[in-house]
Amino acid sequence: MVGATALATDERTVGCDLDIRNVSHRFDLEGAPLDVLDNIDLRASPGEFVALLGPSGCGKSTLLRLVAGLEPPSEGEIVSDGAPITGPHPSRVVVLQDPTLFPWRTVSANVALGLEARGVLKAQRGRIEETLRLVGLTKFANAYPHQLSGGMAQRVALARALVNDPELLILDEPLGKLDSLTRLTMQGELVNLWRRAGFTALLVTHDIEEALLMATRIVVLSERPAAIKADIRVDKPYPRHRGDADLVSRRREILDLLGFESAW
Amino acid sequence: MSLLSALPALPARAATIARRPAFAAATGRRSFGAALAFAAAASWLLLAFVILRWPDLGDWGRGPELAYAAAALAAVLIVSGVLRAAGSTALDRLERATPWLIALGLAFSVWEAGSAKFGWLPQPFFPPPHAILEVFTDDWPKLVESVVVSVKLELLGFALGAAFGFTIGVLLGRSRLFGYWVHPVLRLIGPLPAIAWLPIAFFAFPSSWSASIFLIALTTGFPVAVLTWSGVASVNPAYYDIARTLGASRAFLVFKVAIPAALPQVFVGLFMGLGASFAVLVTAEMMGVKAGLGFYLQWAQGWAAYANMYAALIVMSLMCTGFISILFRVRDRVLSYQKADLKW
Repeated sequence: MVGATALATDERTVGCDLDIRNVSHRFDLEGAPLDVLDNIDLRASPGEFVALLGPSGCGKSTLLRLVAGLEPPSEGEIVSDGAPITGPHPSRVVVLQDPTLFPWRTVSANVALGLEARGVLKAQRGRIEETLRLVGLTKFANAYPHQLSGGMAQRVALARALVNDPELLILDEPLGKLDSLTRLTMQGELVNLWRRAGFTALLVTHDIEEALLMATRIVVLSERPAAIKADIRVDKPYPRHRGDADLVSRRREILDLLGFESAW
Repeated sequence: MSLLSALPALPARAATIARRPAFAAATGRRSFGAALAFAAAASWLLLAFVILRWPDLGDWGRGPELAYAAAALAAVLIVSGVLRAAGSTALDRLERATPWLIALGLAFSVWEAGSAKFGWLPQPFFPPPHAILEVFTDDWPKLVESVVVSVKLELLGFALGAAFGFTIGVLLGRSRLFGYWVHPVLRLIGPLPAIAWLPIAFFAFPSSWSASIFLIALTTGFPVAVLTWSGVASVNPAYYDIARTLGASRAFLVFKVAIPAALPQVFVGLFMGLGASFAVLVTAEMMGVKAGLGFYLQWAQGWAAYANMYAALIVMSLMCTGFISILFRVRDRVLSYQKADLKW
């Protein structure tokens, strides 16, 4: 592990090289095995922003749990910078669809969670305020989660992740529950944060447009058990515009892949 | 009409209006407040009058003292009424209590008349209010001593039971092995009323005092354990996932995630345990510990000192509600992040 203090003093973290090697996964539902992931082979180079698109319930979130080290895969292995992932690690942080802030902690105490868990809170207290400024919530440092709007809560969740200088940010539909305007704003903010910090990002989303606006690469998954259907590179400069002709045609391409030829 | 709609729908206030429609309508809300104060003064003067006008049927003390106290209160109420009519807010804190003061004055007057003066209530079982006052003024050292003993017993038993119950609840929620051994025991012993242990406890323990501590702890511990357990078991699993990816150790997951998340439930358990423990406290004091309010109550009954019984009952209810108030205060402070829901 790279020393936490070294990470903190570095403005730009180097994203990890994530290698998902032939991973298959199944759940054991009361004796009946349920195949969720089918031989996923995917490599994300440092600093890449990979979006995973796929039908609902196909196993995208399961893949994220495996990458986060919350569960071991049934088959195959996941390697980060050459070292197999055997458990959760603060260099790989998760942001979920629900902000899952701890209601008994203030905003700044929620952001402090990772520092506290790693025992570096004293040394890095200044990082909390810094990160809150990054997501524009310094004024709410002492508020409790129930006093925040959905978008604000999700920004706090983001700050709670970013304060740890992750090498890999795992985003499980982080904007899925926000209203559409907040969502547009936060798509832009997330991209800016990612470009600034340089971590590798893995985003699960249902929203093709969101994937096209944010990611450098879109991986389309099949129905459960999820297998990789297509791997699309999006080499477009930021900020991107949703009306861009190329993006619109790619959008149609992806809709076709997902089986919605006649939808639009 | 506008006056009626401007007033809160308190029956006591509505009744007063009906009695003095012209007066209240003429000068509005302020003079209505004054009228209420005068009505309260009248009801306490009535009490003083009832006490002094007729002789007591039995041998009770402190009649005149209660009458003078009632008259003094009436005087304060008259002053507050005059101040209010003049537009001063000096004694406005009394205003909220005024309807209650009217009702209490009337109730005490009826009680006085029914017990000490005309004997409508069977004697000696229903002594008059001034007889109870006499117990407070003449037997307070014994009452205070009893309260101290009861509070000590209750606090010690409750604290022990809460600590054990909480620990057992957390372990049940977090450890499978612990659950395997302790869950069946908890299911078997928990629902048993602690009073059922009384005969065994009194010979199994070196003193009836330690036996009572055990019984109070047992009664408190069961609901605390079950609710802590359920609180820990129902923690949103995503909290653990988030904490684990942020580098949390096992101890961090217990002390910084599971326990704070379970605390609202723990306080429900503490409340239930506290309520149940009062019953055990009083029973234990009556049966074994020769001290405390429960013992005072029983001793008073043995001597047919019914006024002492009522006095002890009043003290006991103040003590119990005091304990619950303190618990709620602590809860409100610890769970201050929540929106307040209930005011005790």
